[in-house]
Amino acid sequence: MMLEKETVKLDQGLLDFMDKWKDKPGKEIMILHKIQEIYGYVPRKIAMEVSVQLDIPLAKIYGIITFYHLFKLKQPGKNMISVCMGTACYLKGGNDIIQEIENILGVGVNNTSDDGLFSLEIVRCVGCCGLAPVMVINGRTFGNLQKTELPKILGEYSKAGEVGVNA
Amino acid sequence: MNKQYIFVWEPETQKERPIYNTLVKIINEKSLTERFEVIRSPFIGFTTDGPIVRIMPENVIYTRFKPEDVEAIIDAHLKWKRLDKFILSYDNKHLPIPEKDTTSKQFKIVLRNIGYMDPESIDEYIMRGGYKALEKAIFDLNPDKIITEMKASGVRGRGGAGFPAGLKWELTKKEPGPQKYVICNADEGDPGAYMDRSVLEGDPHSVIEGMMIGGYTIGADQGYIYIRAEYPLAIERLEKAIAAAKEKGLLGRNILGSDFSFEIELRWGAGAFVCGEETALIASIEGKRGNPRPRPPFPSVSGLWGKPTFINNVETWANVPVIIEKGGAWFSSIGTEKSKGTKVFAVTGKVTNPGLVEVPMGTTIREIVFDICGGIQHNKKFKAVQTGGPSGGVIPEKYLDMPIDYESLQSIGSIMGSGGMIVMDEDDCMVDVNKFYLQFSVDESCGKCSPCRIGGKQILQLLEKITKGSGEKEDIEKIRSISLAMQKASLCALGQTTPNPVISALQYFEDEYVMHIEDKKCLTGKCRDLVEYVIITDKCIGCGLCAVRCPVKCITGEKRKPYLIDQKACIKCGECYNVCKFSAVKRG
Repeated sequence: MMLEKETVKLDQGLLDFMDKWKDKPGKEIMILHKIQEIYGYVPRKIAMEVSVQLDIPLAKIYGIITFYHLFKLKQPGKNMISVCMGTACYLKGGNDIIQEIENILGVGVNNTSDDGLFSLEIVRCVGCCGLAPVMVINGRTFGNLQKTELPKILGEYSKAGEVGVNA
Repeated sequence: MNKQYIFVWEPETQKERPIYNTLVKIINEKSLTERFEVIRSPFIGFTTDGPIVRIMPENVIYTRFKPEDVEAIIDAHLKWKRLDKFILSYDNKHLPIPEKDTTSKQFKIVLRNIGYMDPESIDEYIMRGGYKALEKAIFDLNPDKIITEMKASGVRGRGGAGFPAGLKWELTKKEPGPQKYVICNADEGDPGAYMDRSVLEGDPHSVIEGMMIGGYTIGADQGYIYIRAEYPLAIERLEKAIAAAKEKGLLGRNILGSDFSFEIELRWGAGAFVCGEETALIASIEGKRGNPRPRPPFPSVSGLWGKPTFINNVETWANVPVIIEKGGAWFSSIGTEKSKGTKVFAVTGKVTNPGLVEVPMGTTIREIVFDICGGIQHNKKFKAVQTGGPSGGVIPEKYLDMPIDYESLQSIGSIMGSGGMIVMDEDDCMVDVNKFYLQFSVDESCGKCSPCRIGGKQILQLLEKITKGSGEKEDIEKIRSISLAMQKASLCALGQTTPNPVISALQYFEDEYVMHIEDKKCLTGKCRDLVEYVIITDKCIGCGLCAVRCPVKCITGEKRKPYLIDQKACIKCGECYNVCKFSAVKRG
């Protein structure tokens, strides 16, 4: 395969992190977190390079990635919408919020819109149940959310997103 | 000397932190930085719809005010006065050592420091008596005496199962060394619970101190905190707390000049509920897939990297310093005969004031839901409380006055769990809620053993069938027999407890299941295939509001005459039911 011949240069931050952790037992998950922090997901090339450098079988790395919900194999959209589906949010209408977002953006759960602007995912409890229902966009929390607020909120992000694409 | 501390909590939606920033600005402008210190605090409680500010040492709590009111508040406190307009509560009795608060029915041991000090300052923790218990443990007590105190306290594991903690301390200490590990389980997975998050964000040192006492007692020099990656602020504060403790010589080699050495490292979870199970958690710290394994051997014999491992959850560790400092006898004077101390609950759902409460064991659900949290929202009717999350069960109205402890909850088919308490009202459908929990457990099943992997899926499919209107009489029996197989044959607690919510709902709300199956009806309207909205012609005054609000325009009629819903076009959204001011829309 061509891919394997390609040399991949790892991010310096990742190299430093790997250097710090290389002799610690149980480092695999922490290193995957770092990769995802830098790249937004775990690109296959990077996983292969890390596998070689740290002498961890690629199968083991993929075994971990596919076991844990947090690790992603696909590049997420520019804006990550995480709708909480903890019990409190479910009872207070989290499902309606998801349906409304799907209607507005035409993007299903665990998918990215065609223009790459939005990804939609369900998360299990972000731990602010007092504010249910809750949605998080790029780390910003929206609480006591109502369906009717969604067009405005999403509109702001899609505008900001377009500016970002053009720039 | 006369310094005043202003603790600010603002809803997470207020990212700009208007109150905090105004406070800092005004204090800087008035050159009062020597006098006032402003601190961002984790959730203090009381209400979520506005900012909350607590000013210490006066212990005055303000809420529902705007940035422009900040100056008046500061001016009042500069003269050691109060501004009555925005006061939520005023109580100068507060003492740093935990005491029962008779007015609020709460008793704060685990939450003793939360909202009263800067969680990022080790000095404030020490000022409030922190690390004294560690000093006492090392210099005044010895491991055997500590175990005696822990046993006398009667404290039980707060992670859910309620294993007697003192016994665990003794068993782990007995194992031969040299290498042992201490673990704090901060993988708070129950959706709808955030007790551990608040403790870690609001008082990280109490957990660290508890772990150190544990390490000293059993003879371990390395501790790990396994924490959810979804809690970035807790991670940040723990990292700061560990660094500060190291700098003070409280972590590291020869702690406080003794021959005890201890280090703590963080390990992040990655979104797997099963990792809250201790053997799966250990696998995850080892950097593997979080698959559980059969016990015995228990982690106290063979845990992390095959070594004896001492594992407790956040709340248990946070109790330890208080038990050591005040003694096992003091602790055992709180609570019920078999469950000692207090329990923190995260009360959420359809309740007026959701939040964290800490109450002595033996408090009733009525006291928690109605007296402390203000009852059900919007004057609706109470239906049930779910404790123990996806592994627990429901508590119906008839047990509202039962004192809760580990045994009483078990006797009515629920569990204490880690402390999530979801309040449901008349609008919540039991079958629908059960479907939610099953969906959760099926998603989170690791798939290693077949009873859990297949059984969960089967029950879920039966529930989906019932909520879609194709339920058959035998389905309830089928659910019961699959549940029994899962409880008996699953490898770990996740599979064994997956059927719990369904079994417990069948115990108290079987009628509702039967109605879904035989009458094909869901009275709450949550199961859309089983509900019909009909306009009662006698009650309808013909205002037409429902027709305006109907998203699919399937309601027609003339003004001042009864309207009609076209059942074929209706999407069962319930909008007409919600907007009608004359109760003229019937749901059922």
